Amino acid sequence: MIKVLARSIREYKKPSLLAPLFVTGEVVLECIIPFITANLVNEIKDGCSIDVIVRYGIVLVVMAALSLAFGALAGSACSTASCGFARNLRKDMFYKIQGYSFENIDKFSVSSLVTRLTTDITNVQMAYMMIVRTAIRCPLMLVFSFVMAFVMGGKMALIFVVVIPILAVGLALVIYKTMPLFRRVFKKYDALNNSVQENIKGMRVVKSYVREDYEKKKFGVAADDVKVDFTKAERILAFNNPLMQFCMYAVMVFVMAYGSYTVITSQGLALDVGQMSSMLTYSFQILSSLMMLSMIFVMITMSAESAQRIVEVLSEESTLHNPENPLTEVKDGSIDFDNVSFRYSKTAARMSLENINLHIRSGETIGIIGGTGSSKSTLIQLISRLYDVTEGSVRVGGVDVRKYDLETLRNQVAVVLQKNILFSGTVKSNLRWGNENATDEEMIEACKLAQADEFVSQFPDGYDTRIEQGGANVSGGQKQRLCIARALLKKPKILILDDSTSAVDTRTDALIRQAMRQYIPETTKIIIAQRTASVQDADRIVVMEGGKINAVGTHEELMRSNEIYREVYTSQNKAGDDDV
Amino acid sequence: MSKAPQKAAKGRRAPQGIIGRLVRTLFGFYPVMLPLVIVCILFNAVVSSMPSIFMQNVIAAVEQSWQTGDWASVSGQIMQLVGLLVIFYVLSLAAGALFTQLMAIITQGSLAKMREKMFNGMQNLPIKYFDTHNHGDVMSYYTNDIDTLRQLISQSFPQLLISLVTIVTVFGIMVYYSLWLTLVVVVGVVFMVLVTKKVGGGSAKYFIRQQKAIARTEGFVEEMMNGQKVVKVFCHEKEAQRDFDEVNDALFEDSEKANRYANMLMPILNNIGNVLYVIVALAGGLLLLNGVLNVSVSGLAMSISIVVPFLNMTRQFAGNISQVSNQVNAVVMGLAGAQRIFALIDEEPEADNGYVTLVNARENADGQLEECEERTEMWAWKHPHQDGTVTYTKLQGDVRMFNVDFAYEEGKTVLHDISLYAKPGQKVAFVGSTGAGKTTITNLINRFYDIADGKIRYDGININKIKKADLRRSLGIVLQDTNLFTGTVMDNIRYGRLDANDDECIAAAKLAGAHDFITRLPQGYDTPLSGNGASLSQGQRQLLAIARAAVADPPVMILDEATSSIDTRTEAIVQRGMDALMTGRTVFVIAHRLSTVKNSDAIMVLEHGRIIERGTHEELLALKGTYYQLYTGALELD
Repeated sequence: MIKVLARSIREYKKPSLLAPLFVTGEVVLECIIPFITANLVNEIKDGCSIDVIVRYGIVLVVMAALSLAFGALAGSACSTASCGFARNLRKDMFYKIQGYSFENIDKFSVSSLVTRLTTDITNVQMAYMMIVRTAIRCPLMLVFSFVMAFVMGGKMALIFVVVIPILAVGLALVIYKTMPLFRRVFKKYDALNNSVQENIKGMRVVKSYVREDYEKKKFGVAADDVKVDFTKAERILAFNNPLMQFCMYAVMVFVMAYGSYTVITSQGLALDVGQMSSMLTYSFQILSSLMMLSMIFVMITMSAESAQRIVEVLSEESTLHNPENPLTEVKDGSIDFDNVSFRYSKTAARMSLENINLHIRSGETIGIIGGTGSSKSTLIQLISRLYDVTEGSVRVGGVDVRKYDLETLRNQVAVVLQKNILFSGTVKSNLRWGNENATDEEMIEACKLAQADEFVSQFPDGYDTRIEQGGANVSGGQKQRLCIARALLKKPKILILDDSTSAVDTRTDALIRQAMRQYIPETTKIIIAQRTASVQDADRIVVMEGGKINAVGTHEELMRSNEIYREVYTSQNKAGDDDV
Repeated sequence: MSKAPQKAAKGRRAPQGIIGRLVRTLFGFYPVMLPLVIVCILFNAVVSSMPSIFMQNVIAAVEQSWQTGDWASVSGQIMQLVGLLVIFYVLSLAAGALFTQLMAIITQGSLAKMREKMFNGMQNLPIKYFDTHNHGDVMSYYTNDIDTLRQLISQSFPQLLISLVTIVTVFGIMVYYSLWLTLVVVVGVVFMVLVTKKVGGGSAKYFIRQQKAIARTEGFVEEMMNGQKVVKVFCHEKEAQRDFDEVNDALFEDSEKANRYANMLMPILNNIGNVLYVIVALAGGLLLLNGVLNVSVSGLAMSISIVVPFLNMTRQFAGNISQVSNQVNAVVMGLAGAQRIFALIDEEPEADNGYVTLVNARENADGQLEECEERTEMWAWKHPHQDGTVTYTKLQGDVRMFNVDFAYEEGKTVLHDISLYAKPGQKVAFVGSTGAGKTTITNLINRFYDIADGKIRYDGININKIKKADLRRSLGIVLQDTNLFTGTVMDNIRYGRLDANDDECIAAAKLAGAHDFITRLPQGYDTPLSGNGASLSQGQRQLLAIARAAVADPPVMILDEATSSIDTRTEAIVQRGMDALMTGRTVFVIAHRLSTVKNSDAIMVLEHGRIIERGTHEELLALKGTYYQLYTGALELD
């Protein structure tokens, strides 16, 4: 895990190493300052001259200034290191996701990917900052202070040998007890917040069924449960502070009692007053370092889960690869399915497509019809190699799709997805997804074909009208037509419309099909639709049922021979509206 | 329009008010524990500043006799001092342990109570609140704001109290010993405060920018992740990466600066503390050496036994100043969180002045309705009158609207002069494009919103007189966007009527045509659902919502695009169930597909909030108006 993450440090290795280096300098100085001060105190006590004091003063102030500089530099370096690391991680993840195949994308939900790219990265960034800065500082401080305490206090420093294990064991015990509790309670906490979210979104349902009191009771129980667990964990954690205070107090009492005894009995030889006071400083440094260390440990363990989730994304390998020596030209728009079977995952019990044989000539118009779950969309997603077949092969222009360069293939096989999306920007910037260098004329032409020009040119800003995120400010039918125009701009050899006109009225739908027949006759067109009206003038219609081809034929043939098709047709054209 | 500046002024004045209210609220939650905690903290903090006094006394004693090496002469005195110190410490530890334990209970308890207050308050808010507030924003009250509040209550408040008490106590002791040295420390502290202001201010500025950059990055990432498949289809990976780099780099710039300021503040303050430590040592030395007259409350002469504990006090003092400045960010954020939470709690709840209630009823011997306790299959409106009499009206489902006007915002009327009637058992359909006002009409019937002008009567009773809960109980609603709750399939169906038994729920599922797919789920009716039924298709979710309405068995149903996501072939199958569900009920249907509304008793064509055509399917076709155009596909509905 660490290896995968460490790859993202890159250009921030330097600050990542500099930060601990500066910290080391700061720590060393911070440990020497009390030592020299102790000497100064003794000099003063012995009645030294002014220039001795001034000399000490200059040395000490310079040291403190240096320590300040080191501290500030360390702070700055560790900010650069941690923020830079986070930037690289985000970038690496985003780039990785761009290389994902549909299969990879299906594995992660959108919200989980967003969380991984934001919250999880922030957690790891915080942990990294702690590691770079404090994780070095604390052990160093611990060791230096300990050494200094020995140098000055001699035998007195042995008190630490007693106190440190007590504190360490105590802290370890607290961590050991609380970690599993916290883990559990955070899960519950998430669940609680999820139920709040559900409640907010479903408020109309709650109010319609007058379930306010029921929801309050449900929430009360869940909130109470979270509270009980949280309190339990926090109460154990709350022992940290008294424990720390206890150790501090123990050292204080010991230093005062045993220290003054030593000073007096040795007549200031084994220990003097200045050293005695410095011992207190060191004890504070030692114990608080230990405390910090335990906090870092907790923080790192907590962020380990975030790190794990990030690594999952980073080490997910794309299931689709460009072939070696890929073909970069598609001859024509013919499509052949030879004994194709497909399932979404290796563990799936059922094949989503079974034994499909279908041959489509270049320039043909094919309609596909079938109920939800009949795998219509699955079938067409194999053509532009959004998924790879499990068995058999799909050929485009006579060549297996796995032999093409992916970009070439997808530029020649344009799919207008069922769940389609416009991006925030302008109408133009969305259309340019189809062709980055499209001229205004080309865009208008594509929009005319898709019957979108009429409403776009009625917008106050025309083609420069802003599109909100997800295309929220255009209607469903308008969105679908813009998506079709966007795909048309690719000038593909094969155009696939996956239920892309469901929100468009029947007349406009017919106009789109007519325009396509008239202006792009050489393009192979595949139209998936719910309405038989959308496919009935196709050259051939494929009826799908349960992952298999049930029948292929023209409208008239199917009306005669296919029960499913007839049923769908009559359900949409009940008596009395033959005028459609 | 004068409201906006007023609000801003309120916001600026708020902090003191918020602190006061928060503290009052916490005391309200824990009127005994909290004062106890404060006493413990005070005691603990005062005691932890004590050692300096003991130190001074011990060192003074040592001073007397270290040159002679005569331990026996001072041992009694020193041991007495140490003994006293131990007693103090034990008490302080007890106080410390007690207040940290109590604080853990208080923090979590208060948060739980706050959460419940928010949630309970929220349940009583009108739908308007949820329609006009971003759900993500409301959600962040429960996550971000509660989290900042936790930080504030559990850490910042006690820490600030401890630091303030320590600072005051230590200051007192310092003044007690030496005014000159205290002055040196004060100058240093003023300097520290100035630095905090400068560096901390810079940090705050960039933290706000960082917050914005994070929000932008999140927005971008969310959009791209949602559209990832489109990106793949258009081979747009390179462009997506390029755009992302831009956002990501901007975030890096801001977060680096914000963190740099924050990370530099602590070492700077710590080391100013160090410098101060040195200066105090020097000043002490110089004072001693030059025999400057000590000015102090105690009247003690300047000696090494004063300088040494002073050094420790300097450290303590500076340390606590850093602690305070370290809490500044958390306090500001916590108070902002508290302010938002209070704002939610203070939202005006949904008003309800209704007094007509829905009761179980039966017919007595002479054909009169009378109220009864047990569940009969008959319901009646109980209408108490001013003269003390009570009349009962049978619940039938007769809904009439008279000249209704409505506006979501004042001045922007969205419904004009709507009049219609639906007799018990009739089916009324609304047709029109998005924004024509179809859903708005249904929002008025169940009083999610109140009409501006006109009258709506239910079984002849003005709906304003009916208690909202009872009115809504008499109406069933199936919405286009289905909301399911975490729980089993059975739980979700039972949501319609909590006392329905399993058989009744299954019967409702069969009626809705949902039984088939439910039995094919891995655990049938016990299949757990989460994430709004993410494992189900949109059509299956709609079927469950229909089953949920069916189990509630209300006399009036509102179906708002209830079957829009069911494919036509499946719909034909569901239709039978729907027809069964609709018989004997008054039904309002909103549908895109005209095939769904064709067999209605009356069809209302809405445009810009007005009914422009009304009649049966045949009548409207004969009219050759808008409905005819829609039906023949000459017009697009959206």
